[in-house]
Amino acid sequence: MSKWFRENAPISARDLTEEFMRLKRGSVTRRHFLGVTGLGLAAAVLARQPGLFASEAHAAEDLGSTMSLATWPNYHDPATFEAFTAATGVAVEVNVFGSNEEMLAKLQAGGTGWDLFVPTNYTISTYVSLGLIDPIDLAKVPNFDPKTQNTRFTNEGTVDGKVFALPKNWGTTGIAFNSDKMKSKVTSWKDFFELAMTEADGRAMVHDYQLTTIGNALVSLGFSFNSVKAEELAKAEELLIKVKPHLYAINSDYQPSMRASDAWMTMCWTNDGAQLNRDIPEIQFVLGSDGGEIWSDFYAVPKSAANKPAGYALLNFLMDPQNAVKEHIANGAPTTDSRVMSLLPADITGNKIVYPDEAALTPLEFGAAVTLTDPARAELMARFKSA
Amino acid sequence: MPLTMTTKRRLVTTALLAPASVWLFVFLVLPFIAMVVFSVGERGPAGGYQPAFTLAQYANLPARAAAYWNTLMLAPVGAFLCLIVAYPTAYYLAVKAPPRYRLLLVSLVVVPFWTSLLVRTYAWMYILGSRGIPNLLDMIGIADVRLLNTSGAVLLGIVYGYLPLMIMPIYVSLEKLDRRLLEASADLGAKPVSTFFSVTLPLSLPGVMTGVALVTILLLGEYLIPQLLGGGKVFFIGNALVDLFLQSRNWPFGSAIAVTLVAVVVVVLMVAMRIAWRISGTRQVDLV
Repeated sequence: MSKWFRENAPISARDLTEEFMRLKRGSVTRRHFLGVTGLGLAAAVLARQPGLFASEAHAAEDLGSTMSLATWPNYHDPATFEAFTAATGVAVEVNVFGSNEEMLAKLQAGGTGWDLFVPTNYTISTYVSLGLIDPIDLAKVPNFDPKTQNTRFTNEGTVDGKVFALPKNWGTTGIAFNSDKMKSKVTSWKDFFELAMTEADGRAMVHDYQLTTIGNALVSLGFSFNSVKAEELAKAEELLIKVKPHLYAINSDYQPSMRASDAWMTMCWTNDGAQLNRDIPEIQFVLGSDGGEIWSDFYAVPKSAANKPAGYALLNFLMDPQNAVKEHIANGAPTTDSRVMSLLPADITGNKIVYPDEAALTPLEFGAAVTLTDPARAELMARFKSA
Repeated sequence: MPLTMTTKRRLVTTALLAPASVWLFVFLVLPFIAMVVFSVGERGPAGGYQPAFTLAQYANLPARAAAYWNTLMLAPVGAFLCLIVAYPTAYYLAVKAPPRYRLLLVSLVVVPFWTSLLVRTYAWMYILGSRGIPNLLDMIGIADVRLLNTSGAVLLGIVYGYLPLMIMPIYVSLEKLDRRLLEASADLGAKPVSTFFSVTLPLSLPGVMTGVALVTILLLGEYLIPQLLGGGKVFFIGNALVDLFLQSRNWPFGSAIAVTLVAVVVVVLMVAMRIAWRISGTRQVDLV
């Protein structure tokens, strides 16, 4: 009873203040709120004090006083940037984005001013072929050790034998659902789309991102996540348009809706699933037994970077296992680096959301470059949204 | 050589208009030209723009027919709802409100503009979401009401967001109203209701037209409210544009849609001005 009351209680003044602070920081919305402004861009200077104590190690190179990072919301520990600023005197401006397509669009348009950004595995070959990123100068990243990396997640950072991106973390795209609200067990994408029209009618969310929304619809029909075959896409479109009137929202920012119990079930990335489950245990995270996506995010340096020395300094800072471990504890995404793995507490390495059994990962597929850029999938998504 | 009066006047005119003209040329005319050039181009293989001369993007416009249809339905409906709510308010402010409170009341209409529409729309997400009104309804036994992410929520957001833009022009036109005309009407035996419909309302129509045109034009480009209060399921031209530029990166097609939208806005504006001229029987109407 008391639990019921608390759960449905109006938002408290403290929660509201927190939401506003998050909004001010630009982190209130995974892949949405800032995407929603149409600009997908809110800069938050996390630390402003100029470098009074520039460290010895960087004395040789002028790092400037600010640098710019493009990444995803709820994806870093703010304390990391404060520590970086304290060590180097460089303030980090964080820009958060809604989708890889959006990041690509901004870099194609030029003038981003980013010194470091966080692309996903399937985008890197496109960035390389468009000449938008530089190979990584590994001499400037001594903290990175290729020998401790799990190549299953990191090989897409290397194109034609050259390293263009260093791994941040990996993850999956699964299903989060509120087991207090839903009696049925969700185990597959087939279940997801069926329940979205029945038990979770009006309470299910899909991403505002063609790659995952179309991909998971394809998987539920027994096709590949990456299919670009016209007849398979047509079947996925039929399913999505049939489901649409039953959906709560088409939105990649599902954390607020799930936390408020406005939505009961959503497509969900590992790190969001871990954060939701940590705070609200009845929100469970499962991988589709019929398949879905496995991914890894990377750090890359845009060719157009204005302050490459600072970009590299931050990259090297983040590759330090002592710093990386704090990031992983904060954002709930699994690491690719065995050095970090050994530093993580047991409750995280034993968390099946973050580190699922190998068997659960077997049916998953990595997104392909063509899946991101295929015009037919983009048009399908537009028809789905306007239907 | 001393300047003649006419030359002097011309110089003053030029000096006064120069800043705005330069500004508009650089930030409106040039971008618009770029948009027109893009709209006859082609999408690059990985998205973006590559030069070409083709009308294929315009031929493809029917692919966004649903978005145009939604927008062209929403704009007049939203403007009409705003009008219904705004007129009585403006009438009260201009005619009935005690003069000493008038300034205060009018400023209250404008106060919401001090806060960003984004933040105010976000507040509505909380009011309409599970922990807001549905939670109160739940306490009195009406369970599982869903208000957020419905078309009703979108309309509510629109009326809320655009109301001040409708109230102000109507208020101004009612405030200018010559009270002696109302007295004359009463002296000639008209009841208050018929005075309203034959004197007050017609004389306030230019303000009404201004408000309707202003709200309609802004609604044609609306993006935020359907996205936030409609859950992304309600798709307008603004949403189509964002997706084309930021998701599928089909800039030429996005440009063609944007150029078409500008054309639609110009047509709406011209029709509105025509109607306003006809109503007032003069070409001296101050529209907007």
